[in-house]
Amino acid sequence: MTTVAAPLLEMRDLWVSYRTSRGQIPAVRGVDLIVRAGECVGVAGESGCGKSTLASTVLRLQPGNAEVTGSVLVEGQDVLTMRWGALRTLRWAGASMIFQGALHSLNPVRRVGVQIAEPIRLHDGVDEQTAHTRVAELLEQVGLPPQRADAYPHQLSGGQKQRVMIAMALACRPRLVIADEPTTALDVMVQAQVLDLLTNLVRRLDLGLLLISHDLSVLGTTCDRVVVMYAGQVVESGPAKAVFDDPRHPYSSALASAFPRIGDPAARLAPRGLPGDTPDLAELPSGCVFHPRCPLRADRCEQEVPVLSAVLPDRPVACVRADEDPDLVPRARAAAVPT
Amino acid sequence: MTAAAAPGAATRTLLEVRGLSVTFGAHGRQRPARAVDGVDLAVAAGEIVALVGESGCGKTTLARTLLGLERPTQGEVRYDGQPLRYSQRALKAYRHRVQLILQDPTGALNPRQTVYESVAEGLRIHRVHGDERALVADALARAGIRPPERFFLSYPHELSGGQRQRVVIAGALVLEPRVIIADEPVSSLDASIRGEILALLLRLRDDLGLTVLVVTHDLGLAWNIADRIAVMYLGRVVEVGSTEDVLSNAKHPYTRALLSVVPEIEELEQVVLAGEPPDPTRVPAGCRFHPRCPALLGGEAAAAGIEERCVSTPLAVLPATGGHNAACHLHS
Repeated sequence: MTTVAAPLLEMRDLWVSYRTSRGQIPAVRGVDLIVRAGECVGVAGESGCGKSTLASTVLRLQPGNAEVTGSVLVEGQDVLTMRWGALRTLRWAGASMIFQGALHSLNPVRRVGVQIAEPIRLHDGVDEQTAHTRVAELLEQVGLPPQRADAYPHQLSGGQKQRVMIAMALACRPRLVIADEPTTALDVMVQAQVLDLLTNLVRRLDLGLLLISHDLSVLGTTCDRVVVMYAGQVVESGPAKAVFDDPRHPYSSALASAFPRIGDPAARLAPRGLPGDTPDLAELPSGCVFHPRCPLRADRCEQEVPVLSAVLPDRPVACVRADEDPDLVPRARAAAVPT
Repeated sequence: MTAAAAPGAATRTLLEVRGLSVTFGAHGRQRPARAVDGVDLAVAAGEIVALVGESGCGKTTLARTLLGLERPTQGEVRYDGQPLRYSQRALKAYRHRVQLILQDPTGALNPRQTVYESVAEGLRIHRVHGDERALVADALARAGIRPPERFFLSYPHELSGGQRQRVVIAGALVLEPRVIIADEPVSSLDASIRGEILALLLRLRDDLGLTVLVVTHDLGLAWNIADRIAVMYLGRVVEVGSTEDVLSNAKHPYTRALLSVVPEIEELEQVVLAGEPPDPTRVPAGCRFHPRCPALLGGEAAAAGIEERCVSTPLAVLPATGGHNAACHLHS
């Protein structure tokens, strides 16, 4: 192969809205996103920012009242227009998903080995013995002893259950894995173990991983690239560490300082948050949708709609005021540190 | 108030446990679980103390025992210099002064009760005299629900997660408690709301002189608001001291490992402990952390010539007061 292969996942101008009794509610508004093999891409944002809706479209799992426009290409094929048979092959074998609250998605009355084997039998049509060997292999891959296949979910700890969920997601050798808040319910130590495991798998198996979380610090240290979403839109993207260490959008900046750096005198006895709540998607604010909560808002933010444009190389930011001063956010962050 | 509450200030101990053990299933056929296994801890008036540890370390059992929801198997809980008594009447009076805030505000609020009813419920249970409307409005305003009257008739489902947690906090504040015990108060909230709720707890301490014990697994939270930290492992406090000391100059290998996996700290080499939090029905001999201890496994203990003690000699219970202490043979 001399040409560059199609990215594992490419979203182009993706819009998703839900038909509800209150009218059309936009959840995702014009998102572009690319995940390549061997790459971990993070999506950061809070409840209601559209990140889970975004994830659901990759396997066309969005609810029936969702209207989707734009395109979602998995290895060059459009998921949104795909035939049912192709979609069935795609789910599990082409791309798989680790859900939020996975700890409760295991069947409590079946052994975990049987549950991991299920997609293998359905997809690969292999006999029991082959499936059994593959399950042992998978458990080993996620750092569990193969004998754990005989355990029931209640006999496993939270971290072990999450490993089983990851083994299931890998069962049919997908190229792309989507993990929606995979560590939210876990302790710090177990979270570190699971994140380590995921990033190792990306490297070893050359997977593409889309990691969704509200914790920018986790994404900043785990991912290669990150996009920050607010009210259905991407407000900033770039190399993960750069976005976390030196955010250029006021919202990313708030997310980055929500989880303080231990040892940072500026955060000591000074928790920082954002006043207000995420906007009602049915009645989005005018201009920049972030302006009612933005610590750096100016009058023009109420009218002008920001578009993503690079303030630095490889650092697109959707902020109306970025043209006034590219260092607006870093300057405000520096000013917040008491001297 | 702020000055009196400053860390390190010599203030009076308000809430205290001495030699506390809580064992579950001691009478059954199963092995008893030593959830809390010898803890001394003191919280001074106007102080914010963070009790930190992984799931299963006993921190929630300790918090429940402080509220009188569990009885100690050994040792005692003391409030304002007096041992806690467990008669119905005494507990009711105690819970007027010591309030609990839970992790999940959605579960803590009755979905069919309005904000007003939820906050007023405590006043009615404790038969507080006075203008109920004014007291409820005042508590809501203190918790940052403004203007309070506009939210009186709202139901929990009409509020955001942050607003719900504020209503829960108002329900605690309306009784004018002296102590708030908060079990993971922000872990179910969004990142941008988290700082606001923590700032609220800090402000309540400064304005009202509230004493706060926060139970959490989140070291960043402790750095944000706590004056002191107690790190728990398998039913014991393994390190205690001022937040600056414990987090910037951790002594115990367990605390160091916890710190190293916090994503924001990059200078530290990650020490990801193998295995899961251990089992309180099988507390290891010697130092209870030794089977997972990186200092023992990495040879640091052998170099200091204490390997033998780590696996065989148990450590003494850390004193409730005094400076920065760690229950580790490397530091004794």
